[in-house]
Amino acid sequence: MVKQQANWSPYDNNGGSCVAIAGADYCVIAADTRMSTGYNILTREYSKICKLADKCVMASSGFQADVKALQKQLAARHLIYQHQHNKQMSCPAMAQLLSNTLYYKRFFPYYSFNVLGGLDNEGKGCVFTYDAVGSYEKVGYSSQGSGSTLITPFLDNQLKSPSPLLLPVQDAVTPLVEAEAIDLVKTVFASASERDIYTGDKIEIVVVNATGIRREYMELRKD
Amino acid sequence: MSKSVIEMPPKGGFSFDLCKRNEMLAKKGVSPPSFRKTGTTIVGLIFQDGVILGADTRATEGPIVCDKNCEKIHYMAPNIYCCGAGTAADTEAVTDMVSSQLQLHRYHTGRESRVVTALTLLKRHLFNYQGYVSAALVLGGVDVTGPHLHTIYPHGSTDTLPFATMGSGSLAAMAVFESKYKEGLTRDEGIKLVTEAICSGIFNDLGSGSNVDICVITKGAKEYLRNHLQPNPRTYTSSKGYSFPKKTEVLLTKITPLKEKVEIIEGGDAMEE
Repeated sequence: MVKQQANWSPYDNNGGSCVAIAGADYCVIAADTRMSTGYNILTREYSKICKLADKCVMASSGFQADVKALQKQLAARHLIYQHQHNKQMSCPAMAQLLSNTLYYKRFFPYYSFNVLGGLDNEGKGCVFTYDAVGSYEKVGYSSQGSGSTLITPFLDNQLKSPSPLLLPVQDAVTPLVEAEAIDLVKTVFASASERDIYTGDKIEIVVVNATGIRREYMELRKD
Repeated sequence: MSKSVIEMPPKGGFSFDLCKRNEMLAKKGVSPPSFRKTGTTIVGLIFQDGVILGADTRATEGPIVCDKNCEKIHYMAPNIYCCGAGTAADTEAVTDMVSSQLQLHRYHTGRESRVVTALTLLKRHLFNYQGYVSAALVLGGVDVTGPHLHTIYPHGSTDTLPFATMGSGSLAAMAVFESKYKEGLTRDEGIKLVTEAICSGIFNDLGSGSNVDICVITKGAKEYLRNHLQPNPRTYTSSKGYSFPKKTEVLLTKITPLKEKVEIIEGGDAMEE
């Protein structure tokens, strides 16, 4: 008699993909709007992107219930920071906070795969990429979620970051203009939705730059 | 000393010798390779003059689409077609096999094939393999006895129905049929309903997608409408296009000449016949 394994899992995967690209004075964060479970679609219009601070936006794919809980936790901690320091959190500061929040639940993780994007203190674009338990890294671009295996190789080809091990330290941000970066994001999602069943419906594209935060949408395949 | 076991040639059917080893590997965390399933929506309905079959065109390998425009309506006989859901290799193999058997039977009898013949051949094969041949089929055709539509399950059971759906999108498609089907549909009404049912599967089921294939079979004629509807064009193509200039980098070139191993003997003996 083999020991009976648990057949109830506290987690579910709601699918979807996220991408973020950092530029010299902007940051583009995009995610599809499909939420699914198994072979069914729960909704075609779910936003996976959350504004954490004035110049800091997070996109998360994975288990949306955990994502929602994580967003609430971060919003609460940000509010406390604002009361104590009388200013908004900067993007690098929020990046560290997110990492600590995720590691706090190291032994019952948030099933949430995040990319954080925004402007740093000097107004330059920055993107941070995370795993489920808080390991993070500042990068020039990143992709997470079910379509990431399809998206990342293409971004590597078009935007390849120089190795962080090389000296002198080279900039990870892309030299592309904002409009070109948005074009790249649209192409990448259109391609991912062709081959990944969990990616589709609509893309929500959020652009953070000196003038503020702007949101736009694009239709994707609905099948 | 005589051998206690006589060596026998392997019998046909599946060999279960590796089951214990597979169990052991699974315990160690080695997962078996996935098969390509068609995660599908296939439908059939009987209308005034015959049978209409419909199918989507997406083939998936887990969460990835491996074929955006595959053919799921298979030829069985000039008057019989079969839609297949389940493991793609199984549906292809079983329909090809029975199609050949039907042709031999036609030569033997000198008559047009009957749908019940195809049905019996398929169900006998599938039952024999106890469900391991993972093929779920919607078989339809028109023969001397009239129009027929059947569903066949991987374990070998069959149903005879006026309208039927199979595959992961079967519930989405059946919802449409149950609402709108009535007896005595005309050809155009039938095609419209089948298209609606397949579209319901395409948009609401993640395992189905891309285009709609239709096959209309009537007494003495058949029409295979490949890609009858294409409701999913590519959504965005960049106007400026993309180039891929970076070739594979050459990091190191090292040439090692191999030693001569063969000695060539001039004027040796001619080769024996």
